[in-house]
Amino acid sequence: MPPTLVIARLTVQETSRRRLILALIILTLIVVGFSAWGFHKITTVTNSAGNVLPPEQVALITSQLLIVVTFMYSGVLALSAAVVAGPLISSEVESGLLLSILARPVRRSEVVIGKWLGLAILVALYAAGSAFLEIAAVDWATGYMPPHPVQLVLFVGAEGLALLSLGLLLSTRLSGITGGVIALVAWLMGWIGGVVGDVGTGLQNQAVENVGIISHLILPTDLLWRGAIYAMEPDAFIATMRAAGTVARANPFAAVDPPPLPFLAWVVVWFGIMLGLSIWSFRTREI
Amino acid sequence: MTDVIEQTAAAPPGAAAGSPAIQTVNLSKRFGHTVALAGLSMSVPRGEVFGFLGPNGAGKTTSVKLLLGLLKPTSGQASLLGRPIGDLQTRRKIGYLPELFRYQGWLSAREVLALHCELAPLPRSSWKDEIASALDTVGLTDRAGDRVGTFSKGMQQRLGLGAALLGEPELVFLDEPTSALDPVGRHDVREIIRGLASRGTAVFLNSHLLSEVEQVCDRVAVVDHGRVIASGTMDELLSGTAVKVRVTGLDDTGKAKLAEFGAIDDEGDQLTFTNLKPDRVPELVSTIVGLGGKVFEVSPRHQTLEDRFLQLLEEEEK
Repeated sequence: MPPTLVIARLTVQETSRRRLILALIILTLIVVGFSAWGFHKITTVTNSAGNVLPPEQVALITSQLLIVVTFMYSGVLALSAAVVAGPLISSEVESGLLLSILARPVRRSEVVIGKWLGLAILVALYAAGSAFLEIAAVDWATGYMPPHPVQLVLFVGAEGLALLSLGLLLSTRLSGITGGVIALVAWLMGWIGGVVGDVGTGLQNQAVENVGIISHLILPTDLLWRGAIYAMEPDAFIATMRAAGTVARANPFAAVDPPPLPFLAWVVVWFGIMLGLSIWSFRTREI
Repeated sequence: MTDVIEQTAAAPPGAAAGSPAIQTVNLSKRFGHTVALAGLSMSVPRGEVFGFLGPNGAGKTTSVKLLLGLLKPTSGQASLLGRPIGDLQTRRKIGYLPELFRYQGWLSAREVLALHCELAPLPRSSWKDEIASALDTVGLTDRAGDRVGTFSKGMQQRLGLGAALLGEPELVFLDEPTSALDPVGRHDVREIIRGLASRGTAVFLNSHLLSEVEQVCDRVAVVDHGRVIASGTMDELLSGTAVKVRVTGLDDTGKAKLAEFGAIDDEGDQLTFTNLKPDRVPELVSTIVGLGGKVFEVSPRHQTLEDRFLQLLEEEEK
């Protein structure tokens, strides 16, 4: 097996042996169980007239709550990716673990790519698994199915991969705690930057709007999150938002348009830059 | 900033044949303004057990890391087994036990060795025998299935030694291989080193334990402040005589007046003159008595590596 795949397998094996995967599975099952119970309640509650809600209203409420629940999932994924990626290389440099590995015929680029690949597999599995369970639970409880479930998984997974890539880059030079904290702050700043940009859009102020665009270019997590939101919104809701004009866009839990294609192309380039920088940074580090 | 060295260029035919295991020419390393290694030039033939001695911070571990391509030299050149340092193919023939390290605590000892077989890379068909042999050699057969996280420091050092032996390497770097071992473990390591030497493996041994180096090494180099201050075979280095004197009644001023007799290892009432010709012993005793000292014992003996080491460092300080 090539060294890259050996390192990737080792990374997956480590998270498994350290019971991180088990903990995430148990937590996810608990959240899915509670949310299924909660979503089911939407179909039984009554309005002020004492009637159960009509199906279209159930669908609207469910779609909005599903966005909030998915925000929690994406947060867990982003936090986990940043916390796990932060010490991925730095801790092994500090402990001397990498000394014996790098004395073998193994390139540093293979170590970096292998670790990224191992964690990327876990991020993808978690995004797909948790989304499948949650969507299935919502469908069972309310009969509502988000319009674009595959895109939803792709956007949430890509958001986790972005945090993983940033954490890995920081891990090549900084300690695990420092790298993890910086990645988390960057994620939150990116989210706030997106909200500020939305306010600019709502006010039709280009300067403020540019804050959002620039933050999306530096760290694309927020716009990927917007892509996930768009994948969950019913068409009727989007039509209503569009009819409301620019003011409706100033909402961090709503998306009127999908992420533009040039931006998605930039995300691919961004991943390449992050991985390239990580390899360069680790190759030039003396250990 | 340039890359730490990784090369895969094919070796020219016959380039490595007959070449030394290690060759360095003015190898230097600076960390900012700190000189870690100042022009190391040496040659270690294949099959030789070479001791690399020096006090803490002398540049020993830096030298090993430079040779393994983990650090990039500031200047100078070096080769391992006839190929420039950092050559990936050469690393297939090298074993390395780092000084400060740990293995994946969530793997078993057998899994750690299997991982290193895979990275070495060794043919999968040989893994079972290689792992069993390594475990047996370092005395961990009974703990093969236990997680490394449960191992003592000494057991982890044994495991590291086992990993360094996988695949019958042509050159093995051992950086303080016995620092965490008990006397039995140290004896075992000496036997392992002798076994490596008997099958023609070159061993580069970094150690503070001078008696250990003295027992197993063919040649040694003493390094201090990043420079080699002496090197040679044991016979070449240990040609002098050391004189141990048990004395009371001498204060620091009195002891300072004995400097004319050469380097002194001062352990309170016991002074060891690390390189003193036997015919100067009567003069030494009369000088001590003249300074008010009471002599209880005078014992000339063949100089040990420790005597020579201390002498060299003291001379270096002057």
